[in-house]
Amino acid sequence: MSRLKLPPWLVLLLPAIIILMAVVLVPLVLSFYSSFTAYQLTRPDSLTKWIGTFNYRKAAGDANFWWAFGRTVLLLTIALNLEMLLGLGLAVMVSKVTTGQRLLRTAMMFPMMFSPVLVGFQFKFIFNDNVGLVNNALQSLGLTDVAIPWLVDGHLAMFSIIFAEIWTSTSVFAILILAGLYAIPQDPVEAAKVDGCTPWQSFRFVTLPFLMPFIYIAMAIRSLDVARAYDIVQIMTNGGPARRTELLWTLIGRTAYVDARMGYANAMGYIAILLSIFFTIYFFRKLTAARSELGMGV
Amino acid sequence: MAQVQLQGIVKAYGALQVVHAIDLDIADGEFVVLVGPSGCGKSTTLRMIAGLEDISGGMLRIGDRVVNDLPPRDRNISMVFQNYALYPHMTVRENLGFSLKIAKRAEAEIAKAVTEAAEILSLTPLLERKPGQLSGGQRQRVAMGRAIVRHPDVFLFDEPLSNLDAKLRTQMRVEIKKLHQRLGTTIVYVTHDQVEAMTLADRIVIMRDGRIEQIGTPLEVFETPVNTFVATFIGSPPMNLLEGRITDGTVELADGTRLPIPPGHGAAEGRAVTFGVRADNIMPVGHALPPTAHMADVEMEVQLSEPLGTETLLFAMLAGTEVQAKMLNPRPVRLGERLRFQISLDKCHLFDAETGAALRV
Repeated sequence: MSRLKLPPWLVLLLPAIIILMAVVLVPLVLSFYSSFTAYQLTRPDSLTKWIGTFNYRKAAGDANFWWAFGRTVLLLTIALNLEMLLGLGLAVMVSKVTTGQRLLRTAMMFPMMFSPVLVGFQFKFIFNDNVGLVNNALQSLGLTDVAIPWLVDGHLAMFSIIFAEIWTSTSVFAILILAGLYAIPQDPVEAAKVDGCTPWQSFRFVTLPFLMPFIYIAMAIRSLDVARAYDIVQIMTNGGPARRTELLWTLIGRTAYVDARMGYANAMGYIAILLSIFFTIYFFRKLTAARSELGMGV
Repeated sequence: MAQVQLQGIVKAYGALQVVHAIDLDIADGEFVVLVGPSGCGKSTTLRMIAGLEDISGGMLRIGDRVVNDLPPRDRNISMVFQNYALYPHMTVRENLGFSLKIAKRAEAEIAKAVTEAAEILSLTPLLERKPGQLSGGQRQRVAMGRAIVRHPDVFLFDEPLSNLDAKLRTQMRVEIKKLHQRLGTTIVYVTHDQVEAMTLADRIVIMRDGRIEQIGTPLEVFETPVNTFVATFIGSPPMNLLEGRITDGTVELADGTRLPIPPGHGAAEGRAVTFGVRADNIMPVGHALPPTAHMADVEMEVQLSEPLGTETLLFAMLAGTEVQAKMLNPRPVRLGERLRFQISLDKCHLFDAETGAALRV
């Protein structure tokens, strides 16, 4: 009886290969394949119904999809920039604190400890037009006597979502930038003072360039996070009102699991992933540039 | 250009006082070196002059102004740091021109000042490089260039050469000296290396534990140290110190050896004293400099010899203390060989054994 003799390197790699195939490759191939079919979750036999690039062409011409795409980019841009600015401010302030800094650092991380679903519920309550905290406060202070429809008005709803998003994730920036502030060598900062810089100028010309790599790392992490934003939006507005807060993944999620049109959802998903890939590459380029700027190598 | 005046300058961190009311007048154009062992307060003093540390007490003047509460940018000083402190994200050109750019000078003026400084320090071929692409010596020169482009009132150097290797240090020492001769700007220079202090300074300020021990020209502090600390800190090898007691108008060492009291010194009978003699002033007979007016001699057993080429350093025991002596026109010396040494008393010192203060009359 002849036994199949595998080379040892293959045998040793086999467990990893099998696990990767099962967890990554099969779903990837399957979802990619299904994006070329009319696959519907309710009709399993439709998985074999090949329709070519129909789903992709349909997505390309679907205004709802592109609105969601644009809204996601908008959310990403606004949230990331505001989080960066707020995180930078927070980090700089915390770094100046002499007593109780550890406590502050810990407190700063509290928002990250909550599940986004809970944050969604919390802000859904805070922004509720009848019993919400914000309206209550505004009315008690006499600033307004009408109930502002925070989650019902299209623009305000988007604002509320961005607010919640920033509340949860500013600390990501703050923590990473704070780490950067600790890592900055003191000598160049002192040299800048002697060279005639005002505090703002030393920050702008010396401290900030040192922080840029840390900011770009935070940007890369957060851009992936926001590009797949789902939970907070799903809870707070469910994409409404009238799709005004619909993001890529709330749309894709609804198409896949509510409408059961898995093939089409997968096609949209593959287009959506391009966005994440684009931002990741973009920020890593920036990171590399900022690092080589500082002579830190590539 | 300006003089710098420190009056009762104090630095304290809470209850811990690290600089104790020091007074120092630095003349316009003078090169003053603060020297002392680690932790003596010399860097702290310099950083107070720079404005990088708050002054806890006393008054600091640069030129005619009291600058105690002025931020560094308003003091018109330049500083060269031990770790160069270059801006890593800027080219050499940008590093040099940064302070002028901040001061909003015209482009042409900046370019001219940078070219000039680069010329002086032979940095011209390196102008477009980043600090990361430079060697230690080059970085140090950029740091100096950055200091000189501004034509400040005072240059402050904080141990600028301690990160360089020995050969480069000697070279840069010469460059700093030349720079001072060329620019004539007041310089305050901090180092723990007494050779640097001796070679560079117009005046040396020797500090210990936050106090000034002695201020003087290099020769003054070398030839007339005010106490045993200065005597052993300045000069290499350090001055030999022999414990003794004044007996019958001589210094009697522990083993009964008697040495005459050096001229110009005096102490009461029975007082505990320290006899100080540098290696240059105790040499074996036949291998010594021509005798001076007052000589003495002792016999010692050689324990170790260090040939240095033109001379040999001999380690010998006298009254239970190791003594370093120099041997000119050296010949090989056997271990344990007993030699007669002659001492030039005119160059010797007598200190109080308890306080360490010089006992001059």
